[in-house]
Amino acid sequence: MPPDLTRRTFLKTGATLTTLFGFDLQLAAAQVRQLKISRTTQTHSVCPYCAVGCSVVIHTLGDRARNVHPTVVHVEGDPDSPINRGTLCSKGISLKQFIVNDQRLTRPLYRAPGAVEWKPISWDEAFDRMARLIKQSRDQAFEVNDAEGRRVNRWTNAALIGGCTNTNELNFLLGKFRFSLGILAYESQSRL
Amino acid sequence: MASLAATFGRGAMTNGWTDVANSDVVLVMGGNPAENHPVGFRFVMEAKRNRKAQLVCIDPRFNRTAAVSDCYGPIRAGTDIAYLGGLIHYTLTHNLHQAEYVRLHTNASFLIAYGFRFEEGYFSGWDAEKRTYDKSTWQYELDSQGYAKVDPSLEHPRSVFQLMKEHFSRYTPEKVASICGCSVEDFLRSARIICSTGTPDRAGTILYALGWTHHSHSVQLIHTAAMLQLLLGNIGVPGGGVNAQRGHSNIQGATDLGSWDHLPGYLKVPKAQQTSLDAYLSDFTPKPLRPNSMNYWSNAPKFTISLLKAYYGDHANKNNDFGYHFLPKIGANEDHSWGYIFDRMYAGQTEGLIAIGMNPVANGPNSLKMIKALSKLKWLIVAENFETETAAFWDAKKLAEKDYPAADEPAKIPTEVFLLPAACFAEKNGAFVNSSRWLQWKHAALEPPGLAKRDQDIIAGLFLRLRDLYQREGGTAPEPLLSMTWNYSNPASPSMEEVAREINGREIATGRQLSGFGELKDDGSTLCGNWIYSGCFTEAGNMMARRGQEDPTGLGFFPSWSWNWPANRRVLYNRASADAQGRPWDPSRSGLRWDGKKWIGDVPDYKADATPDAFGAFIMLREGVAKLFAPDFVEGPFPEHYEPVESPVENPMHPAVSANPLAKIFSSDLDPLGSPKDFPYVALTYRLTEHFHYWTKHVTANSQLQPSFFVELPEELAGQKNIKNGDLVRVTSARGKVEGRALVTRRMRPLTVNGQTIYQVGLPIHWGFVGRVKGPLINNLSPSVLDPNSGTPEYKGFLVNVEKV
Repeated sequence: MPPDLTRRTFLKTGATLTTLFGFDLQLAAAQVRQLKISRTTQTHSVCPYCAVGCSVVIHTLGDRARNVHPTVVHVEGDPDSPINRGTLCSKGISLKQFIVNDQRLTRPLYRAPGAVEWKPISWDEAFDRMARLIKQSRDQAFEVNDAEGRRVNRWTNAALIGGCTNTNELNFLLGKFRFSLGILAYESQSRL
Repeated sequence: MASLAATFGRGAMTNGWTDVANSDVVLVMGGNPAENHPVGFRFVMEAKRNRKAQLVCIDPRFNRTAAVSDCYGPIRAGTDIAYLGGLIHYTLTHNLHQAEYVRLHTNASFLIAYGFRFEEGYFSGWDAEKRTYDKSTWQYELDSQGYAKVDPSLEHPRSVFQLMKEHFSRYTPEKVASICGCSVEDFLRSARIICSTGTPDRAGTILYALGWTHHSHSVQLIHTAAMLQLLLGNIGVPGGGVNAQRGHSNIQGATDLGSWDHLPGYLKVPKAQQTSLDAYLSDFTPKPLRPNSMNYWSNAPKFTISLLKAYYGDHANKNNDFGYHFLPKIGANEDHSWGYIFDRMYAGQTEGLIAIGMNPVANGPNSLKMIKALSKLKWLIVAENFETETAAFWDAKKLAEKDYPAADEPAKIPTEVFLLPAACFAEKNGAFVNSSRWLQWKHAALEPPGLAKRDQDIIAGLFLRLRDLYQREGGTAPEPLLSMTWNYSNPASPSMEEVAREINGREIATGRQLSGFGELKDDGSTLCGNWIYSGCFTEAGNMMARRGQEDPTGLGFFPSWSWNWPANRRVLYNRASADAQGRPWDPSRSGLRWDGKKWIGDVPDYKADATPDAFGAFIMLREGVAKLFAPDFVEGPFPEHYEPVESPVENPMHPAVSANPLAKIFSSDLDPLGSPKDFPYVALTYRLTEHFHYWTKHVTANSQLQPSFFVELPEELAGQKNIKNGDLVRVTSARGKVEGRALVTRRMRPLTVNGQTIYQVGLPIHWGFVGRVKGPLINNLSPSVLDPNSGTPEYKGFLVNVEKV
């Protein structure tokens, strides 16, 4: 390359050379500058940790074909959020490792009474067994009327806890679930 | 939250993260945002940079918030009421309060019944035998129409203002210093800054977090802060407020959607004696206490009946009280809050527990009691991203024998345990509500790994299985279950948009999405899953997913970014940012102003076209104004300094009544309390900036940054015990023990309390017996001692001993 050739003239030359060499040097030159995230699908989400509510952009890579599961390659602060303006803290910055993590639970596990270890169980089996146990406890302990004959419709020997790290919509469904069964003992992290 | 709801009308941060940038004085106390809410803290730094705001940090530890503050003062854990009481005393004795604001927007002028007094640690009405209060002298004096009598001059000896002056006259700087362990000079230095905002042209904010809620007197503590802010005219104004920095991504949303005694939208779970919908509504629908009180809760029947229609659909009609009888009822004096759930479980009265993303062994107080309680269950269902201490409780003997020699062998634990793999945040859509009450929609980015399921699919799976069982086999009381609506397009995997639309509410006949809670009806023609969220998913679409950037007021309200409850009002009680004529106290920072026909600025927390004199500014309260005097709380209408239940000293104010007389303590064999003779040091738990709660011990980067538990000790205490940095030390309480390396620092100074030297010990949370990195659960040490109003445990300021191993 002659020493007086600037990047601009080089690229111009490149364009004319395309026909000469049969491929586009300009494109090749641009290609090396592209980041991995240029080919990702970007999804807007919100950090699940504290309640500042930083928006995040989750970058997934996958060709969107059927049966191909995208993987997360990068998570960054959303520059549009008026709260975090693209920044994340020392916790939020490692969110990718939270999502893609070899310690994630990937199948239902069951521990029988007195057992010393977990055993895998299918979802169907687990649902059937859980529903049976819930029904047994509820049928036996459910109180339709209290000692004074007032309708109370409650089940007080079971409890349901959770929800502070899940969505409003899940919390609303937990409410429906709880009242279907008559559960009063319903609590979340907000008490702690 | 219980405190803010009683004082102002709603249990939530009054302002918001972005609004902190509008402050002139930021008081951080009971929180450490620089490390625990770092991105939120940038607005504090913006206020410092752009407005020359002063940051005051009062904390037992010289933490990173303190490091960038303009004024830092140490304090003994659990004495914040004394400190804030001292600030109220300083404000009143130096006449620094914003007099016109106090007259207009608080109950300072209300007259209290004859006989109200405070003596020797008790308010009037204490029944020593029943250990409870008869509140009859804590009430307003009413006129013949049932309205509270007022004295606008605030001179009447029984006016709230005069009673408050008298109550706080004991909180002199010298007294504060002797209780809190700070110097009089340090206290006065902070008071001069904090109490400088009682002028119309200055605004001060308070940021707090779990350092305030983790006490047996936390609700009164936050009420003290609220009182100070009301005196200084800092509520409702941009740059002001009492701002709770909540610790989990949707802790606000979960609270908004109910708890043991709340239905969605802060409606109440009915009580056994409310045997009809009419009885329930008449108990719950308040009467106004002043002629100009808007008393917005008078609409409670509309909210309740619309919720019942969302729950029970066609099974809810006028003839069956809209399905009211399907709801469970709470018996007299029953408590099903956290501490009681696990106390009853430990007593063997509970068969089953479902924990959805919740880890009580790690995050409840008194871990051994939690483990022993779970050991008595017949079944336990846990849905999680990672294995937790709660799921693996039955193996505690093996996984952490040193910490739990008293744990049972697995063979002796009859509990059937299901550990269900759940999707993480990135794999689900739906809304989180941040501290600022912003409902921000997130979109699912990918499928859950392996066989993991979304939580909604797990709950739906259980619901549908149970419904099917009851339909086929019958059973006890199938009606509440069979009458519950679950009419989602895919019942086994409800679409979160569909649920969000149901939460927003619609007109049943037409299916039209409602534009807000103003459209709700009490005749069964509307349904709405949570009235305070009505407006979040309208005919215009999903307002929570909005990404608008505009900021028309320039105050950082960003009204078209996401959507916030209620009604997209960014600053709560914003009517109080203006005077009697509707003119902003500070025209350069105008949150809301009356232009003669309507209110301009933020969405008014007021009727949009009502004249400034039509209503009081606090529309959710019967008084119409905010409460300096709040008879709602169980241990007094004014806050009083009570020592933590485990304390190194007797209460210098009234030694005979040292701790909160109504603090809830338990009497099981696993609930011993320690005395200063055996456990002389004050312990406080805290978070590190590298970790989030008990989650990131599963994440590589965070585990590498902070791999192990440590014990932070003051130099002087370490010197006495010949402990050097890095030495292994054991910390014990009456409940249990933990071991870790010593971190000897100068961040916690020895404090002189009532003439006695007191040392504090810092204990980071974050470790447990499962995870990529392991360490002791800090709650091996903490007591099951609760605030009587909120049920929050005393994680800060309990007693421990420290020894070199």
